[in-house]
Amino acid sequence: MSFMDILALIIPAAIVSAAPLIFTALGGVFSERSGVVNIGLEGLMLFGAFTGAVTIYYGEQFGLNGAAPWVSFVVAMIVGALFASIHAVASISLKADQVVSGVAINFLAAGLAIFLTKKIFNAGQTPVISERISKSNIPYLSDIPVIGKLFFTNAYLTSYLAVFVALIVWYVLYKTPFGLRLRSVGEHPMAADTMGINVKKMRYIGVLLSGALAGLGGAVYVASISGNFTHSTITGQGFMALAAMIFGKWHPLGALGAALFFGLAQAISISGAQIPGLQDIPKVFLLIAPYVLTILALAGLVGRADAPKALGTPYEKGKR
Amino acid sequence: MPNKSNKMKFLVPLISVFLGLLIGGIIMLISGYQPVEAYVALFQGIFGGSYYFGETIRQMSPLILSGLAVAFAFRTGLFNIGVEGQLLVGWLAAVYVGIFVDAPAIIHIPLAVLAAGVAGALWGSVPGILKARFKVHEVITTIMMNYIALYTTNEIIRNYMLAPGERTENIKESASLASPFLQSITEYSTLHFGIIVALIAAVIMWFLLWRTTLGYELRAVGFNQHASQYAGINVSKNIVLSMAISGAFAGIAGSMEGLGTYQYMTINAGFTGVGFDGIAVALLGANSAIGVILGAALFGGLKIGALNMQSIAGVPTELIGVVIALIIFFVACSYLVHWLMNRVNRGGKI
Repeated sequence: MSFMDILALIIPAAIVSAAPLIFTALGGVFSERSGVVNIGLEGLMLFGAFTGAVTIYYGEQFGLNGAAPWVSFVVAMIVGALFASIHAVASISLKADQVVSGVAINFLAAGLAIFLTKKIFNAGQTPVISERISKSNIPYLSDIPVIGKLFFTNAYLTSYLAVFVALIVWYVLYKTPFGLRLRSVGEHPMAADTMGINVKKMRYIGVLLSGALAGLGGAVYVASISGNFTHSTITGQGFMALAAMIFGKWHPLGALGAALFFGLAQAISISGAQIPGLQDIPKVFLLIAPYVLTILALAGLVGRADAPKALGTPYEKGKR
Repeated sequence: MPNKSNKMKFLVPLISVFLGLLIGGIIMLISGYQPVEAYVALFQGIFGGSYYFGETIRQMSPLILSGLAVAFAFRTGLFNIGVEGQLLVGWLAAVYVGIFVDAPAIIHIPLAVLAAGVAGALWGSVPGILKARFKVHEVITTIMMNYIALYTTNEIIRNYMLAPGERTENIKESASLASPFLQSITEYSTLHFGIIVALIAAVIMWFLLWRTTLGYELRAVGFNQHASQYAGINVSKNIVLSMAISGAFAGIAGSMEGLGTYQYMTINAGFTGVGFDGIAVALLGANSAIGVILGAALFGGLKIGALNMQSIAGVPTELIGVVIALIIFFVACSYLVHWLMNRVNRGGKI
């Protein structure tokens, strides 16, 4: 097996497993940049996966065919935002502990999704969908020598959408007045308030966007990877996205890079047995790599990662 | 107004539990189940016979310990979400000692429980050290450590302790907490002596926090790090110690599963959930030893009762997960409960 064959095996797989992580991690960037910790990403992603699976299934019944997954993405984003609004109300308006509220979101999403699955389908999982996002070659780009084969052949459209959305998020956060306001609320809410920025409103927008993107991440996972929703569809991807966001230093493009890197680790842990040289590395090292690296990054051993200053503290007007 | 805040300490959990069950009932009603029938079945499933009672108490023991773990760290101002990982590591250590050590029960059982505690303490102290030395937030590191624990313990079982059925062998008789006597008086439930270990741990937590210098320092750090530093308390040392002790409780919670309920350890596809439930238990119990025991009794009961609710009223057990999540929400939003109380009080007076 030549080196190119190995890359051709791993890189598309890495990009596929990275896409849901990218969306969810970008959601995390919005929420945490506005100053609200979002441990609930896992639950939001899980509920997005459930919503996606159900919508695609019924979309197929109604004859939406190939459009079903795309409809499900929109529905999952709306449902995700609604679900995140619980976290927003609790942690912004009611000044609950944001971590506790996030933990509750995870419990609630897991319980409710399986409860509804059992209620609707009378089974522990949703039916397997037939309209998945299918692999395709990107026209023209796939003809580029070397790069075309690695990056643009046999790839899912959603993966490119993920990269594109990351660029948009970067533009919005760093090149628009809205982005400046959102970040300022997360760094120094009192100063932002003095400048006439509505702190609560910005934080609500941040959390709702995080719900929408995490929901999208879950739905993309169902449409491109798992094909249905069970209790074990989303087990830790949300937390891995959280890790990617931190490893990416709360920056959209950093999160993108980290999610791609974690996707690569996952891809190697799955297909590593076929690759000479990697067969001998125990799989466990690849499985734990994302988490170990995140801890090292936080400890400052792999570049210092600093959280937004006001992260985790509810804002109270007039409080010193 | 110390009286009023004391009253609120009881009222907030009670109202939260009530609201949680109420909304759970509304969800059942909307999805076409009979909430009254379901709740009757739930309570029969907790109190309707010594078998159920035994099961509830068995369920309580790891919940008490994981609740104590979360509560202990909370007292020092730390949020230990890593109970799940520390529990897995403790479970593995207990089973390891249970399988590979030969000793009479009087030594073997304490040794296995101790091993679980030490393993949990070591696992828990890593985020503690990272927090004390590098100022890394413990919430993130403990979550990451959970996954590292999950994959690492699985790998160790797969490579060194594998028995047919994706699990380890059974532990030796001499390390087992199982008790034919307790089983026979509860119509052969899976009740074991672990509850005694859990209750002793609760007493230890209370004694440590409220009757020792160490406990005083730990609580002082929890109230105000800067003031403690100024008063000459070594804040870093206390953070590491608090995480280690918290991890020890979590590790011992793992030994409840390994030495009591299962007698072995499986290769886990995902987390047990006991560690996360510990957060709910600690919150509901207002981080006190007695509160944790009561909280564990409630959640243990709900979980066992849910099985009966499913078989009689046909309501999926997951509904109880939803109810528990709602209870956490309302406890976390005690602001809302306070506000509601004020409205009700004012309404009563005017």
